[in-house]
Amino acid sequence: MSHQPDSGSWVPGATDASLIRNFCIIAHIDHGKSTLADRMLQITGVVDDRSMRAQYLDRMDIERERGITIKSQAVRLPFSGSDARTYVLNLIDTPGHVDFTYEVSRSLAACEGAVLLVDAAQGIEAQTLANLYLALENDLQIIPVLNKIDLPAAQPEKYAAELAHIIGCSPDDVLKVSAKTGEGVADLLQTIVDLIPAPTGDATAPARAMIFDSVYDTYRGVVTYVRVIDGRIGTRDRIAMMSTGAVHELLEVGVISPEPQIAKGLGVGEVGYLITGVKDVRQSRVGDTITTANRGATNPLGGYRDPKPMVFSGLYPIDGSDYPILRDALDRLKLNDAALQYEPETSVALGFGFRCGFLGLLHLEIVRERLEREFDLDLISTAPNVIYKVQMEDGKELTVTNPSEFPEGKVATVTEPIVKATVILPSEFVGTVMELCQARRGSLLGMDYLSEDRVEMRYTLPLAEIVFDFFDQLKSRTRGYASLDYETSDEQVADLVKVDILLHGDAVDAFSAIVHKDKAYSYGVAMAQKLKELIPRQQFEVPIQAAIGSRIIARETIRAIRKDVLAKCYGGDVSRKRKLLEKQKEGKKRMKMVGRVEVPQEAFIAALSTSEAATKK
Amino acid sequence: MSAPLSLYVHVPFCASRCGYCDFNTYTATELGDDVRRDTFHEHLIAEISQAARQFDNDTTVETVFFGGGTPTLLGADALNELLAAIEDNFAMAVDLEVTTEANPDSVDPRMLEQLVQGGFTRISFGMQSSAPHVLATLERTHTPGASSAAAKAARGAGFEHVNLDLIYGTPGETDDDLHRSLDEILDANVDHVSAYSLIVEPGTALARRVQRGEIPIPDDDIAADRYELIDDRLTDAGFEWYEVSNWATPQGQCRHNMAYWSNANWCGIGPGAHSHLDGRRWWNVKHPHTYAQRLGAGLSPMHDEEHLTSEQQALEKVMLGMRMKHGIARADVACTDGELDELHDQELIELAMIDDEPRVVLTRKGRLLADYVIRTLAA
Repeated sequence: MSHQPDSGSWVPGATDASLIRNFCIIAHIDHGKSTLADRMLQITGVVDDRSMRAQYLDRMDIERERGITIKSQAVRLPFSGSDARTYVLNLIDTPGHVDFTYEVSRSLAACEGAVLLVDAAQGIEAQTLANLYLALENDLQIIPVLNKIDLPAAQPEKYAAELAHIIGCSPDDVLKVSAKTGEGVADLLQTIVDLIPAPTGDATAPARAMIFDSVYDTYRGVVTYVRVIDGRIGTRDRIAMMSTGAVHELLEVGVISPEPQIAKGLGVGEVGYLITGVKDVRQSRVGDTITTANRGATNPLGGYRDPKPMVFSGLYPIDGSDYPILRDALDRLKLNDAALQYEPETSVALGFGFRCGFLGLLHLEIVRERLEREFDLDLISTAPNVIYKVQMEDGKELTVTNPSEFPEGKVATVTEPIVKATVILPSEFVGTVMELCQARRGSLLGMDYLSEDRVEMRYTLPLAEIVFDFFDQLKSRTRGYASLDYETSDEQVADLVKVDILLHGDAVDAFSAIVHKDKAYSYGVAMAQKLKELIPRQQFEVPIQAAIGSRIIARETIRAIRKDVLAKCYGGDVSRKRKLLEKQKEGKKRMKMVGRVEVPQEAFIAALSTSEAATKK
Repeated sequence: MSAPLSLYVHVPFCASRCGYCDFNTYTATELGDDVRRDTFHEHLIAEISQAARQFDNDTTVETVFFGGGTPTLLGADALNELLAAIEDNFAMAVDLEVTTEANPDSVDPRMLEQLVQGGFTRISFGMQSSAPHVLATLERTHTPGASSAAAKAARGAGFEHVNLDLIYGTPGETDDDLHRSLDEILDANVDHVSAYSLIVEPGTALARRVQRGEIPIPDDDIAADRYELIDDRLTDAGFEWYEVSNWATPQGQCRHNMAYWSNANWCGIGPGAHSHLDGRRWWNVKHPHTYAQRLGAGLSPMHDEEHLTSEQQALEKVMLGMRMKHGIARADVACTDGELDELHDQELIELAMIDDEPRVVLTRKGRLLADYVIRTLAA
């Protein structure tokens, strides 16, 4: 039996809004979102059992093989309801991580409801909770669902109570499914039809559609995903971006189900994609409102924001000759990442690279990983920095995103961004996490028991304290059980100083850091000790100093090397020794000169990686 | 006109394995019944006659060196037989140098006399140290004093040249221990000393003990101090350094080793032995069992070979030459004048006129940092 109807009501652009249900799935990364989506595709018949590939919607590798990047940002599913009418369910994907709160909020704004999917063996995680709050702020109808009820370790009663407590519903309202076996998924689809409101909008008003995702495809250019709020967007329309006024021809309009299907248009409440031929996602920005160029709307939908980088880091190729490759790679990534910013930067220690701005630490990690994996680059990233506002005594104000920009003169105040952080953790770890947050200059806003043994803690913390190995620390102190979410909230004046690290009298720009005054000494000592271990002995004595301005706060010395010669070199040793020399000559290319000091790349990498781990040895 | 050649014969046997040793050598238990020690020299002889065919007729053997392992474990008869086999297959130089390595406790006066009668001119004993606790750490089996006694016995038996090997920088060794070792050496009336800093080679028992934290890693600074101590004492006693780890009286230099360092041609016989002929290097299969099998089947025991590019040959020339007292010709230096000046400013090298030729030679400070100097000069 095929669920695919051929009646007019299914045709995109002609679907009665009362039959549309737009929803997303809010879930933590391994709680089964992809499997549930697969099952929905299967049950609604858009993918037959034979061609069902595991995790159909999550097909990055396949996309890469085919050279296309049209993702299933929104998939249109026909569903025969218990009233025998065929509904259109639009499952809208949400970006899955902490730095993309804004993007998540736009995806949520395209929906009327959300499935809150939680692993019945693990309970809710901080990030899911944060997205749930976002959904509640957007007035979405929440359908709480426990997944993986087939697991032996599942505790559906416990976590149903937890979800009920958080949402304020009855534990009986929590659906229980196994996305793996399909148990309960059909009921969930019916519940979506029953509970999630149909979209409302004015079909006769000028067209207004919200961009909730924008993806660059090598062959098609930018593919823009929209939710139509009012009016209609037809194939023959020219469209305008309301934030910029830019006008584009429409090359194609369609829906994904789950392969792209060209349509004549999209009507009120519908979700689909537009292709205009633009080549850069910056020209088609998430959150922007699209209208028609003729008789267009005058008021954009609310909520548009320019993506604003919060975390900055220098990215440098380990092999200096890779610089052009890095530049091209960043240019390529930019096409698909409206939030990524970068400009060329030169470091005495690291050579030519780029100062890059990211939404957050995870965004940084994703970009770095993609650069390394997709472009085969070996990179060094400098310690992440936040944006500081520095007020000088003479009244001048500076914005500092890099320690090297920190002014030498008399500083009146330094202002740093702070975030609201949510940590969910087993109650036994409350003490150790409080210690961690206090050490990171956090202040406790509140604490709630989600269930008997799970606690939600809310803190304000300086962003700078979070971007530096906070998450790793949190995980290691809670045996991996804690989850973290944060959102930027405000800024505060803090007693911050710049600590420089001097190698043989020369400041190594890559190691400078802006830190709280109380931590300057420990940072300096830790860095000096670490470098002493990492930098091989040279032909001369090398002092390593940590300094605030001209004041030395810590010092270590690398003694001059006195002996490096191999004792023996007889017949059989000759080849071996020559090969060693050849290797050392190669290795020398990977050495960076800091003044007269030869520093191996590995030392930079190790020194720039999380410092606490090293000092704990 | 004759083409000089040096021959190396590898004897892969030891009575027991020393903890620091990573050489291609085996104890009787390690080998089991597959390889018989008492007939092993027959395989070596087979290879000698096989190897001789690849050299031109005008080849003249100038030096022969039996190393290991412990060659003297084969016994004087087998060693003499091997030397005779070489003489049967090659033209020999008049002033032939024939060396064997030996453990102090693997020789007796009669054996030494037999070797001299067989044509051996030089013997090298692995003394390593006079300090019982150092010998214990190194897992050496001989007793303190045995080495100088053996060296004296060798002189008495008629060996022209006697060497003692010394290992310094062993964890637990003190300056006093080293002084006593040097006392013993100088008392033994030898004309050659090799002194090696203890290297923890991966895969050895010593490396495992270091890894387990039972023994501290030998300290390079201490090793540097000890090297200077050794150099001072030997120089005072009339020895002169001629390679970074080797000292000799004016007539005592080992010509066989000089052949390695001057990139001359040599032929290696035995399991794992390396050979060099005009820019081509090759080496034999390592395991005595495979080696014996190959020769038994009439096959070459060669395992692999490499042909050196001119770049590699130039690198080897610097690498080997710089370790020697006469260094390398100024013309063979590959680095910039600035880099050369810097090495000079760092007091690592000197420029010297030797035989009317400007040469770059190591200072004493430079000897200890020879690898750095070589890396710089070869750049």
